[in-house]
Amino acid sequence: MQAVFPLFFGALLFCTGIYGVLARRNAVLVLMSVEMMLAAVTVNLVTFGSMAVGAGDLILTGQIFALFVIAIGAAEVGVGLAIILLLYRNRATVNIDDADLMKY
Amino acid sequence: MISDYAWVIPALPALSAVLIMLFGKHMKGKGAEFGIAALGIAFLLSVFVAVEVFSANVQAVADLEEALHSEEGGGGEEGETEGALRPGQSVFDGVMVATTGLDGLRLAAEGEAIEIPEGISSFVNDDSVSLGTLGEGFELEAGQRVDGLAAMMFLLVTFVSLMVHIYSVGYMAGEPRYTYYFNLLSLFTMSMLLMVIANNMLQLLVGWELVGVCSFLLIGFYWEGRSNQSAAQKAFLTTKFGDIGLMVGVVSLWAQFGTFNIAQIIDDATHGLQAGGQTLDNGWLTFGLISLFIGAIGKSAQFPLQTWLPDAMAGPTPVSALIHAATMVTAGIFLVARIYPVYQQSQAALNVIAIIGVITLFAMGFLALVQDDIKRVLAYSTVSQLGYMVAALAFSYTAGIFHLFTHGFFKALLFLASGSVIHAVHSNNMEDMGGLRKYMPATFWTWIIGTLALAAVFPLAGFWSKDEVLAGAFTNGGYTGTVVWILGGLGGFITAFYMARATTMTFFGDFRGHSGHSTDGSVGTPHESPRSMKWPLIILAVPATLIGLINLPFERFHPTGFSAWTMFSLEYFEGHPAEFVVPLAIGSTLAALLGLALGYLMYRRYREPARDPFNNMGLATTVLQRKYFLDDLYSGVIMHTIRDRISPAIYWMNDNVIDRFVYLAGSSTRALGGGLYRVVDQKGIDGFVNGAGSGASWTGGLIKFAQSGNVQFYAGAMFIGVFVFAVLFAAAA
Repeated sequence: MQAVFPLFFGALLFCTGIYGVLARRNAVLVLMSVEMMLAAVTVNLVTFGSMAVGAGDLILTGQIFALFVIAIGAAEVGVGLAIILLLYRNRATVNIDDADLMKY
Repeated sequence: MISDYAWVIPALPALSAVLIMLFGKHMKGKGAEFGIAALGIAFLLSVFVAVEVFSANVQAVADLEEALHSEEGGGGEEGETEGALRPGQSVFDGVMVATTGLDGLRLAAEGEAIEIPEGISSFVNDDSVSLGTLGEGFELEAGQRVDGLAAMMFLLVTFVSLMVHIYSVGYMAGEPRYTYYFNLLSLFTMSMLLMVIANNMLQLLVGWELVGVCSFLLIGFYWEGRSNQSAAQKAFLTTKFGDIGLMVGVVSLWAQFGTFNIAQIIDDATHGLQAGGQTLDNGWLTFGLISLFIGAIGKSAQFPLQTWLPDAMAGPTPVSALIHAATMVTAGIFLVARIYPVYQQSQAALNVIAIIGVITLFAMGFLALVQDDIKRVLAYSTVSQLGYMVAALAFSYTAGIFHLFTHGFFKALLFLASGSVIHAVHSNNMEDMGGLRKYMPATFWTWIIGTLALAAVFPLAGFWSKDEVLAGAFTNGGYTGTVVWILGGLGGFITAFYMARATTMTFFGDFRGHSGHSTDGSVGTPHESPRSMKWPLIILAVPATLIGLINLPFERFHPTGFSAWTMFSLEYFEGHPAEFVVPLAIGSTLAALLGLALGYLMYRRYREPARDPFNNMGLATTVLQRKYFLDDLYSGVIMHTIRDRISPAIYWMNDNVIDRFVYLAGSSTRALGGGLYRVVDQKGIDGFVNGAGSGASWTGGLIKFAQSGNVQFYAGAMFIGVFVFAVLFAAAA
């Protein structure tokens, strides 16, 4: 019943993320969009976790899993920002269309 | 029994050869002492062996006489019936087929059966050690067969070799290859003794070939001279030509009897058997025996292969004495004597032997008449005397080997004496000699003894042995026998004549060495040779004088004499009583004396070769000086034909037929290979490999556009892909 709201919110957030990844040219914004998609997944995990508590899960699997995802997301942002920083140092731009050395 | 150790006799010179090779150069006598010591011991051992063998044989004869006498009273009838029970067995009509089953009963040459009681037989010590098994149970053996013949050869070889060793100390003094020379002498003596002691044909063949090699090395000892090299090669190749016959003969006998063992071959042949117990095939046997005899023709310098022996005089003179007079050239005679009982089975082979022998003894004597080289005179005399031995073997075993025995001593003496002369005047040519009687008395008198012995003057060694030969042929009768005794008697005259010629030219008259031949004109007078050369001459003169007395041809001395000592079977001994034909003996002695006297008178006033009557006989001189054109036949006709006609033809054949075929095979293979390379390898296999590579490259070229480098494109593709899979999974669920 109330679960539909957070799930809808998660889906909205995910779609916003997809749009950001596909449409933006700035690497920082792309990274932020990826983080947005990750946040949508986290919302979903918490929602389904509270439904599982209602069904008898006493060790809060969804909530704890969400905590892990947030921690991993923070580490991922660290790595991503480091890559972007190096990209900028080498190419003086963060436009991802310019980073096409590996194309055919 | 000392004869068990007879193998030591060849081992001693072998040992000395090794010692000379290793230490010879550092010894005081430069190696000569090893050879002399080894031969001295070997000679003593030979004497002991000979005493044992000879006395055992004499004892056997005495036992036989006793047994036969005691049988005359009672046991005679038994022998009669035994003989009567085997009718038709005593066939002797040119080809002797003696087939008796009983050991004790054999048929003598005359066809009368002589019964030999069990337990009495001639002495033989036959023993061997196996060197290993080859193939299907074939035993390679080294053995000794010590009987009268071997004991006699031991005595002769070791004695003459010892004398030659001692003599060489003086003769070869100052020679740069002194130690090498003594090494070869020991090696040669070892080879000859190895052949003599052999109890199987293979060992005999090995010794025979070693003798040939040593002979080659010693003839070519002064290898700096081109002609000496050619002489050595000629000797080697000519005897090798005969050796082919020997090898064929040995293999043929092996094929027929299934063994190389001499004792077994003799035993089978005298029983008329061959391998597998079949009856002896006489034609086959004759082929084998004549092939063996071809080997003997080569080694013993018989017509028509005698041409190498006079050329072999290129070697040092003591070598000529040892090898080309006393021992090596007797190898052929020894070979025939060794398997004489087998030869007795084939009258055809014996006839061939008689004919070759009689041609050699008669024709080769003449060649000595036109020689001016003292050693060549002796060489032709050796060839002629070998002819006597060979011819004698056709009729009488004893006569052949007895002449071998006596001839070994007096011909060694003559050669050593000629060496002494050559040593004194530094020339082989009798033109440079003359009058040496005054300067070299010891050499002169020993030479005279040798000459008289060779000319067969009573009572020296040659008289008894040559008389035995002639008497054997005479009593045998028949066509060949008659030819042999008549030509042998005439040959005695020629022998005496050319020896008188050589003696007179060398020792009588005035010394001619001063004139013409020396560069500085100061040759000086010749002088007697040193002691080490003089004493062997004097020692050898003793047997040359007396050795004939061991075989007096009278019934009284027969059972204790040479023929009993060296018999190979009692049957043969009993079948061949002593023969002494008084008119023949007187006739041959007269012929010899006449020859000696005529030779002395004709050459007493010899001055120069142009006035030698034998150089003024027109065509006859040419024939003799060209040695019956045999050398021209060999080198001119045969060699010329082969080298200049047949060889080029074969070469052309090789070049144009065989090589063409090979070339065709090669080029067609190459063409085939080229085709395969182009079609299969380049097009097929390489095409497949290249196709795989370029195929991968082409498809890669197609899908490389997916790698656009646009990150959003990748991300979009990923979302689409995930969306498609999500829909598919949802539909599937």
